[in-house]
Amino acid sequence: MKMRDLNIRNGVVYDPLNRIDGERMDIYVRGGRIVETPVKDAEEINASHMVVMPGGVDIHSHIAGTKVNVGRLMRPEDHFKDVLPRTGIRRAGVGHSVPTTYVTGYRYVEMGYTTVFEPASPPLKTRHTHEELDETPIVDKGCFPLMGNNWFIMDYIRENKYEECRDYVAWLLEAVKGYAVKIVNPGGVEAWAWGKYITHLDEPVPRFEVTPREIIRWLCRINLELKNPHPIHVHTNNMAKPGNYETTIETMDSVKDMASNTDGKPIIHVTHVQFTGRSGTSWVNVGSGAPEIADYLNKNRHAEIDVGQIVFGDTTTMTADGSFQFLLHLLSGNKWANSDVEVETGAGVVPFRYRRGNYVNAVQWGIGLELALLVKDPWRVHMTTDHPNGGPFTEYPKVISWLMSKKSRKRLLGKINSTARRRLTLGDIDREYSLYEVAMVTRAAQARSLGLTWKGHLGPGADADIAIYNLNPKQVDPSKDYLKVRKAFKKAAYTIKDGVIVCKDGEIVETPLGRTYWVKPPLPEESLESLASNISGRFKEYYTVEMDNYVIDEGYLANPQAVAPAR
Amino acid sequence: MLIRGVVCTVCGCCCDDLNVEVVDGRVERVENACSLALSKFKHHSSDRILKPLMRKGNGFKEAPYHEAIREAARLLVDSNYPLLWGWCLTSCEAVKLGLELAELVGGVIDNNSSVCHGPGLIGVQDIGISGCSLGEVKNRADLILYWGSNPVNAHPRHMARYTAFAKGRFEASRGDRKLIVVDVRRTETAKLADEFYQIEPNSDYELLTALRCAVNGEEMELNTVAGLPVERVEELADSLISCRFGVLFYGLGLTMTYGKSRNLDAALSLVRDLNRKTKFLIMPMRGHFNVTGSNEVFTWVTGYPFGVDFSKGYPEYNPGITTISDVLRREECDAALIVASDPIAHLPSSLADTLKKIPMITVDPHRTPTTEASRIVIPSAIVGLESTGTVYRMDGVPLECKKILNPPPGVKTDFEVMSDLLAEVKGLLR
Repeated sequence: MKMRDLNIRNGVVYDPLNRIDGERMDIYVRGGRIVETPVKDAEEINASHMVVMPGGVDIHSHIAGTKVNVGRLMRPEDHFKDVLPRTGIRRAGVGHSVPTTYVTGYRYVEMGYTTVFEPASPPLKTRHTHEELDETPIVDKGCFPLMGNNWFIMDYIRENKYEECRDYVAWLLEAVKGYAVKIVNPGGVEAWAWGKYITHLDEPVPRFEVTPREIIRWLCRINLELKNPHPIHVHTNNMAKPGNYETTIETMDSVKDMASNTDGKPIIHVTHVQFTGRSGTSWVNVGSGAPEIADYLNKNRHAEIDVGQIVFGDTTTMTADGSFQFLLHLLSGNKWANSDVEVETGAGVVPFRYRRGNYVNAVQWGIGLELALLVKDPWRVHMTTDHPNGGPFTEYPKVISWLMSKKSRKRLLGKINSTARRRLTLGDIDREYSLYEVAMVTRAAQARSLGLTWKGHLGPGADADIAIYNLNPKQVDPSKDYLKVRKAFKKAAYTIKDGVIVCKDGEIVETPLGRTYWVKPPLPEESLESLASNISGRFKEYYTVEMDNYVIDEGYLANPQAVAPAR
Repeated sequence: MLIRGVVCTVCGCCCDDLNVEVVDGRVERVENACSLALSKFKHHSSDRILKPLMRKGNGFKEAPYHEAIREAARLLVDSNYPLLWGWCLTSCEAVKLGLELAELVGGVIDNNSSVCHGPGLIGVQDIGISGCSLGEVKNRADLILYWGSNPVNAHPRHMARYTAFAKGRFEASRGDRKLIVVDVRRTETAKLADEFYQIEPNSDYELLTALRCAVNGEEMELNTVAGLPVERVEELADSLISCRFGVLFYGLGLTMTYGKSRNLDAALSLVRDLNRKTKFLIMPMRGHFNVTGSNEVFTWVTGYPFGVDFSKGYPEYNPGITTISDVLRREECDAALIVASDPIAHLPSSLADTLKKIPMITVDPHRTPTTEASRIVIPSAIVGLESTGTVYRMDGVPLECKKILNPPPGVKTDFEVMSDLLAEVKGLLR
């Protein structure tokens, strides 16, 4: 492995966390970190006429674990079209919508991304998630354990045992080496385990008699008290249903009162809001609720979202929200996999093709872009496709071009279902993202939201994760030459990870193993002991594994990195 | 010393509640073990191979470990189209290395599921699967259906730990659950059932299709199906529809009888259809303790669960062309690496004969018909007794095995053997 020091000369730098907006400057790297002054005997990289950004950070991308592997298993037809042979440097694999682990790492790096988080890991099967993350090369990563339908948490809420619940959440994060508290369809996945549904925030969960609102509020409060680096990460109830934008706003609003003493940082992250940003009352009049959601976000600083943009074409949808996947199976007639996990959560997988001519799909495409363009603060609207739900992450360059160019949006808008086109406000939106804003929504804001203070920027001391794109902002007008933008973001001229050049001209040249971040909340030894004795009886009753075998030792992970609470 | 929470490495149940007392490096006593597990703990040291062996004339000579590895690597590198087979009675860590080795030497790598539960995996590719973890069954199921599967003999603790006799949160006793068995003979499991449907051999597809008709409200203009009066078929369908939470467990009696993957298409479709009426799930009764893990690792590395051909440099999968039976039937392979499996004893004799004609390298703890026919034999430690390692239960729950005994002196783990072999192959290809 070549760990060389680097002087990156004359790049056009976009580093929003350090308020650098397209300045021509040098970036220096020593020992895998950014330093202030040029380094002697370093490799010189001429980045003149090129864009230099921090390495990309993806806050929400399903890349590893049970349901992802079910997706791979289920879709041989997805693999045949996109194969990657072994080279002297690269492992073999397959790509398209659910790439194999090695291909996932390579393709992120080819686009200049260096950090990716798997956002939905069933705790009982998180050992599997880590096994896959350990075979996902180059990028740094982590995973969010699912907690929104956990029996222990719901029991504690019903019994009003706050301290025990808080200690349990801390224990669980540490036990499975997770990074953030993830909530998916709170209470609704437990209902789905009986084939039932939850439809609003105050509907009691069958047999538990707690409500989604209580689950969200308790976990939000606990998350704040534990000072976890990332806010609660919420996939709301009523996924994909017409009119669900109200649930999204209600979910954000349900914790608003807790935001008072958090120095203005968001306390709730609502994910893939494209799927939960729908107005209307049926599939016939479903429309965009993006203006209402954007309005809420523009008025309230305690919440943030990621978009979950859809891209027309074939993909594989997968989520811990098993009930939604069953509905999608009924709607589409496509094959369906379900994977419920005892005491904790569920999951489902359905292949899906988004079609331009389909009214609902066209509305979905519009909702995502409207969200991204109508929310004024780019620090609180992250660019994702909820890979692979809205489309594979390899489509990000397309999404970037839509954000940057009204022309490119118009071109596609002309081809989508005409009723959808009429009903969307997208055509009237003139806003176009600058490269500075693109740097926010694809790395700086995501790193900040994750509490990775040493990532997402190019200031001294930061990890030397750097992307250099072959795009000359002085010559290319992204608004007009959007194809050039796509090309540049598809294959980075250089991707540098911890100071190592891992990708050059879009080709992988080195494959180091990235870290797996996990959060170690502060939990006094005596709390841990009393917690263990408190839950061991019920653990034995509910689970089918021994409690000791459930816990994942740090040494099990190939390259773990514990993160202390930072907030 | 009493070691608690030992993961059993016999069948796909992967019971992880065994307590094993080890005295002077010997297993003295095992708590919570079934008869199969007890036998493994008791007899693990019989028929062991203790030194690497290389064929000399009609017999073997003992060889230094590094010589055996070197020779094995050379054989694989010189081969045009090697077969890498087994991977289900070992750890995921070893499987990962096996896959990289297959990539390097351009071979075909396949695991035992191609001759056992492979049709179920093909079924998932056709239909999908309504699946869950075993704790879901324990806590919620009020109807349990075993089809072509006899857990009393093949998975002895399955019913006690996970299904009919388990105590769960919402379904606490045997009385809360209905147990149904569909089989061609009155098995020990069938004797415990509330309802038993004895069907004609090879008529599973017919019955499953009839059940789908009944579940979907279609009338059958037949008197009998699969040897059962049509009224009994309707009665079974009614049981399935009227439960709150039902589970169908299927065994090789469904995957390896007439129709194979089509049987599974029908079973998976039936369970899918039932979800329009109630909650219903389906799970294969996997045999080997880590056949599921082998499928998982294969899938995240190559995209496919078994039968993966790397001869073009990238993974290709086509059951009927790329599994062990296919490549042996066509007599295409010119060398084989067998890890933790005994194909000579278990394949059809014509395929076993083909295998015997090509040089085999076998990595196994025990003397087997396959080791006897091999060119090179490398002994290995037993996963779950003498080495740690990750295994996946039949429902995909991953567990880390414990090492409770030392392997015989000089005997390495599968992981170590595969690491050394991989390093040697990389050296030769450099």
